[in-house]
Amino acid sequence: MAEISPDKRVDIRGLVCPYTFVKAKLAIESMETGQILEILLDYDEAAKSIPKSMEAHGQQVLKVAKINDTDWVLLIRKAKE
Amino acid sequence: MGFAYQKGEGIVDFTEDQILRYSRHIILPEVGGKGQAKIAGARVVIVGAGGLGCPVGYYLTAAGVGTLALIDDDTVELSNLQRQIAHSVDTIGMPKVESAKKTFNALNPDVTIVPVKVRISKDNILDLIRDYDIVVDGSDNFPTRYLINDACVMSGKPLVSGAILRFEGQVTTLIPGSGPCYRCLFEEPPPPGLVPSCQEAGVLGVLPGVIGGLQAAEVLKLILGKGEVLKGELLIYDALRTTFRKVKVPKNPSCPVCGENPSIKELIDYNEGYCAPQ
Repeated sequence: MAEISPDKRVDIRGLVCPYTFVKAKLAIESMETGQILEILLDYDEAAKSIPKSMEAHGQQVLKVAKINDTDWVLLIRKAKE
Repeated sequence: MGFAYQKGEGIVDFTEDQILRYSRHIILPEVGGKGQAKIAGARVVIVGAGGLGCPVGYYLTAAGVGTLALIDDDTVELSNLQRQIAHSVDTIGMPKVESAKKTFNALNPDVTIVPVKVRISKDNILDLIRDYDIVVDGSDNFPTRYLINDACVMSGKPLVSGAILRFEGQVTTLIPGSGPCYRCLFEEPPPPGLVPSCQEAGVLGVLPGVIGGLQAAEVLKLILGKGEVLKGELLIYDALRTTFRKVKVPKNPSCPVCGENPSIKELIDYNEGYCAPQ
């Protein structure tokens, strides 16, 4: 599968819930429908809760991956305004 | 990391502190950053800085409403403090609008509080509400209630009306054009002799908190354009029985102010014989 290139990146390492989601949500709101957001985070709980909340808000989760001992990368496609 | 949103005609950039302060709003799907920016761009005027005006103003300040005007010509007295939660022992003797401004500024410096220490009348009301999007009635007497209603109908402003007495409170949201106005419900103010003043009747101190909280929620829904407001409905809260009931209020086609052939075309000051409770 070809690498997906995000339209926007946010680094929310160091943040805990609910600010992880607050930042992720503000980022997705500022984008156009169809664009892809990459989120870099290090709070394990948020790696589960952000995808769940994004889906509940109608957005599409493309990828949830742990990239090293501490960090996660999420890819979210903005599907809904 | 900056996020820019439309606020009125300009752009609002939330600071990190604002993102923290409003995070519980931003999380809500019905609000988000865009809704919070609408709140930050809103201009609301509250008539009365007493029992109802205090909680309405307090919560709208906490919510980050951009500009909040408070109109009241009264000063703080000890007997107010049982229910008027924006005032304190330290502000007794101070104009209520200044006392409330001090409290609200301490809660949220983002909000511009405009204190207006005047008695509202037919000669000044249209100028006082002109620059605002939404009017809140937190007054304690019928002459003012009818004056605000008529002025809102004439200037096309949405009005969130609240009233309290003893253990019972009422809330309704009046949208000129599409919904009824206060005169569709009661055409004329009751004669002065029949009206129990607050002084005679008393009021449970927490009652304005409940009713003012409901009014603040109506204002936020109007700003956000979400949910359903109490248009064409009067919500009645009975604190003794702990009941809420809704009464339908139809638009009256022969209403003297918002009907098809209105007979009231100018504002009226019904001053005679009404007492002004402290």
